[in-house]
Amino acid sequence: MSATTPERTGVTIEAIEGSQTIRLAPNYWPFVVPALVVVGAVIVFPWAFTLWMSVNSWTLGQARSFAGMENYLRLASDPRFWESLLHTLSYTFLSVIAPMFLGTVAALIFDAKFPLRGLLRGVFVMPMMATPVAVALVWTMMFHPQLGVLNYLLSLVGIPAQEWIFNAKSVIPSLVAVETWQWTPLVMLIVLGGLASVPREPFESAEIDGANAWQQFRYLTLPMIAPFLMIAMIIRTIDALKSFDIIYAMTQGGPGTASETINIYLYNTAFSYYDIGYGSAMAVVFFVVIVALSFILLMLRQRSQWIDVEGK
Amino acid sequence: MTSRLLNQIGLFFAALVFVSPAILFFLWMISLSLKFEIDNGAYPPILIPEHLAWSNYAKVFEENNFLLYFWNSVLVTGTATLLALLIGVPAGYGIARLKAERSAVVIMIARMTPGLSYLIPLFLLFQWIGILGTLWPQIIIHLVVTVPIVVWVMIGYFETTPMELEEAANIDGASSWQVFRLVALPIARPGIVVAFILSIIFSWNNFVFGIVLASRETRTLPVAVYNMLSYEQVSWGPLAAAALVVTLPVLVLTMFAQRQIVAGLTAGAVKGG
Repeated sequence: MSATTPERTGVTIEAIEGSQTIRLAPNYWPFVVPALVVVGAVIVFPWAFTLWMSVNSWTLGQARSFAGMENYLRLASDPRFWESLLHTLSYTFLSVIAPMFLGTVAALIFDAKFPLRGLLRGVFVMPMMATPVAVALVWTMMFHPQLGVLNYLLSLVGIPAQEWIFNAKSVIPSLVAVETWQWTPLVMLIVLGGLASVPREPFESAEIDGANAWQQFRYLTLPMIAPFLMIAMIIRTIDALKSFDIIYAMTQGGPGTASETINIYLYNTAFSYYDIGYGSAMAVVFFVVIVALSFILLMLRQRSQWIDVEGK
Repeated sequence: MTSRLLNQIGLFFAALVFVSPAILFFLWMISLSLKFEIDNGAYPPILIPEHLAWSNYAKVFEENNFLLYFWNSVLVTGTATLLALLIGVPAGYGIARLKAERSAVVIMIARMTPGLSYLIPLFLLFQWIGILGTLWPQIIIHLVVTVPIVVWVMIGYFETTPMELEEAANIDGASSWQVFRLVALPIARPGIVVAFILSIIFSWNNFVFGIVLASRETRTLPVAVYNMLSYEQVSWGPLAAAALVVTLPVLVLTMFAQRQIVAGLTAGAVKGG
């Protein structure tokens, strides 16, 4: 294979040693260039521009002036920002834990054979593909304190009516319930992929040795699917941190600012108050938070003894 | 034998418990969309009403201009996906053959970046160019979602397709472009289908770009539904009907292309946004 590895630049004619063939090494760069141009235009340019704006004081419609680190210092002393960071972290923590647990259990179930498995799995995956705004609207109606179906269902089992997203105390757990409803299937699919790659033999010998179901899960299945759990966890963390549609469509960060995450505060700053400079600084800090948390998880993944499945 | 049967029945019911939130949600969504106001306000709630309110759906299209917004969604999602395929499939091929694994990092970073941080600079850019009243800003910014999905799926796909045929064609004097078009591309068709479907779904569902960039005439469906909520005296029937109209295309696509979607999501584990 190595003799045929194409040259990286230019069209070159090379005579391969030990053979008489003269071959034209294919040039793959032209295939990548259009994508590079687009990525530069819609991804790199915005980033450069955001960095530049973040060191300027600029509200749309007013004059722009260089501000140095002023926006960043303002962030550090902005209690609303710290509060939104706290909301983001608690929302993310819950929105990772719940889907991870439920998704793993669901994957263990769907890995076994039973009647109508394909159909049920198909329905199970549907929330993930449904349009988040549409999902949010229907959940809002279901959460309605007087007319909502959820409080009615609770009343059937004798639980008093809840205020769900309309109460500052319960708004984040309620939003997490929607997020969990929507994204547990993704965790399930990733873990299911992991379970499919688990070999049969170790379980057979474990059974002969008298290991019970829990021991087999704990000492065989779990370590083998650990890399997949880690991938699911990283993806879930990134997505939960970035979550916008569900929160914005259901509460706009309310009641008050009880469910205002960084993303929502960022939106309000940039597109309600048109404070572009401050919003850009917030975007930079937000991105750093996401990268830092992902990096920590990646480090955890590499430090552990788990087998690497990525090198496919 | 009976214990095995019991085991299967147990698994079936366990699965049913996990699937029931999805079933209940979609059933309730359909029920809300087919009830008149009086039934939607009833307590205890009614699942199946005596009179079905098909007029809710008519209202969505007549009073809220949904035909226009549907068409906007089709144009934005369709154009952004086709452009992404045009750019992303060759790019995935090039990256896979160059073994340029680092470029995958760029895509991961694109995935980590919150959509809003693209929005501020691009919003200003579009304002300066003066194209804010058209669909182009949304088409262009949707590339942020669609291009990484397509490139990601295609890298994974081209890495698994055999090199031998391409090498043979190369020896026979085919140019790189000919090798790609006549040898690599036909083999990669299933991968392209996966990329196409995922790109369509995540572009169709996108909401955040639209609320900033869309004007009254250029709204896509998710934005149109959200605006129904904020600007009207909310009546549940038409609202639920609108929500169903928005999400039905992707749900139908999910049902028909389930295998491709699962393959694409678990291989690349991508999600746009």
